[in-house]
Amino acid sequence: MTAALEVSGLRKSFGSTIALDGIDLRVEAGTVFALLGPNGAGKTTTVHVLSTLIEPDAGEARVAGHDVAREPDAVRAAIGVTGQFSAVDGLLTGEENLRLMADLCHLSRDEGHRRVAELVERFDLSEQARTPAVTYSGGMRRRVDLAMTLVGDPRIIFLDEPTTGLDPRSRREVWRIVQELVDGGTTIFLTTHYLEEADRLADRVAVMDRGRVVVEGTPDELKRRMPGGSIRVGFADVLALDAAAAALPGSVADEAALILQIPSDGQAASLRGVLDGLHAQSIDAERVSVHEPDLDEVFLALTGDVEEREGAVR
Amino acid sequence: MSAYVIHDSATMLRRNFRHMVRYPSVSLLVIGIPVILLLLFVFVFVFGGTLGDGLGNAALGRDAYVDYVTPAIVLIAIAGAAQGTAISAAMDMHEGIIARFRTMGIARVSVLMGHVLGSTLQTMAGLVVVFGVAVLVGFRPHASVVEWMATGGLLLMITLAITWLSVALGLAPKSVEAASNLPMPLILLPFLSSGFVPVESMPAGLRWFAEWQPFTPFIETLRWLLMGAAIGRSAVLSVVWCVAIGLVGYLWAKKLYERGPAAR
Repeated sequence: MTAALEVSGLRKSFGSTIALDGIDLRVEAGTVFALLGPNGAGKTTTVHVLSTLIEPDAGEARVAGHDVAREPDAVRAAIGVTGQFSAVDGLLTGEENLRLMADLCHLSRDEGHRRVAELVERFDLSEQARTPAVTYSGGMRRRVDLAMTLVGDPRIIFLDEPTTGLDPRSRREVWRIVQELVDGGTTIFLTTHYLEEADRLADRVAVMDRGRVVVEGTPDELKRRMPGGSIRVGFADVLALDAAAAALPGSVADEAALILQIPSDGQAASLRGVLDGLHAQSIDAERVSVHEPDLDEVFLALTGDVEEREGAVR
Repeated sequence: MSAYVIHDSATMLRRNFRHMVRYPSVSLLVIGIPVILLLLFVFVFVFGGTLGDGLGNAALGRDAYVDYVTPAIVLIAIAGAAQGTAISAAMDMHEGIIARFRTMGIARVSVLMGHVLGSTLQTMAGLVVVFGVAVLVGFRPHASVVEWMATGGLLLMITLAITWLSVALGLAPKSVEAASNLPMPLILLPFLSSGFVPVESMPAGLRWFAEWQPFTPFIETLRWLLMGAAIGRSAVLSVVWCVAIGLVGYLWAKKLYERGPAAR
């Protein structure tokens, strides 16, 4: 596979604030890469450097085979960017915004018209294509924003928090579009703080914290780093709970919630083992649920919570 | 990419025109203020007679003063438009779409060119209105076709230079409010020139300033072209000033634009 993006030792400071503290990344062409992390982790700075908006202090970044510092124009010709803040011209209509992009991508008149009509159709913009963008809802604006990014048919697309602030329906819409783009062979580099989004869209995920990549891998690999899932059994009273806790070694009882938590690999056999164990002791269980590890746990385990971080600074 | 400078600038100019049509308050300000000033001077001061008599030739008095003051009002129109240009440029730089432009393979200068060309054409349209109103209230230039064409050329050159400077003034501060205040001194300069009273009537320090600042040669050259007044070296000084102001504005604006979003 060829790399769409290659980053090594990337550093960037703003005054005394270190935004990027040595980042190494590699994104294969035609894949989705998600940069995950809390606010202020350096996700947006990374996107800004890779999309030629700011120059790095040190390190190297190649996008579509071109160095971002030495050949910014070649990089710009290959990429499309949808930033965190709406990059739609509010005084222009949706269609005029797309026309503007077609002109700036130097498409011929006919090709520009064809491309704009195609995107209006694909992004379902026809209804409001002729009203100024200031009147659009957040979801609509984001759709126009994405459509504008696609006018030039870029090989690599940067999406900086593409679904932040969108309602669930608009979010799914954005996900669908991203999936379509990937199916068409486009490389996507997205940042998000929604774990579900990374889990759903990305081939590989890097978790960033305080300007560093803390961990990188496929969503499954990251989940596997966690101790594993658990089986949770609910009981009617404390007596049954305690009896069950005694019968199942390694379990943890939560007396307030009347729930017993047993570590598990999620296999059917382990669930049967738990139920058989309870049955043998004639303990009645009320409810049973199997809990799989999710990226949220990975995320919190890796980046720590806010209080912990502030404590470390002091 | 430089092959697309003209193409991209034309695209940006179309964008700026659409902005002017959909957000016309800046355009109305640019045209309205000099017209109001003109009427103010003509009706309050000239028909009051005080200023006209002060020119030293009471026989020519009021009518002569309309002819005398119109070039100054024209320059005020250009200086006043600078504020509109700075505000539009500053507002635009805060839009997310500018960041998008920076990530695209387009001629970098085209965003600024769109503002400069759009504002210049807007100001020139405003000047036509100011001349029209001036003629209505008694302005009687005696210029040939060639002199009128030269007048157009001179005004275009001054407007281009001042507009480049005002785009830079719009980009320099971080807030739109500050950007709207920065070009304010420009609008005062015509008052401290030979625009309303001859420099000979000013106190020594002020007179020195008035003789050397750019608006005096601008106004004197206009008077020469339109009324056949004495010219001296004003034409040469005007060209020198325009090139200097335009070049400083262009280089400064370009540098500020290149500074990128991190500095904002």
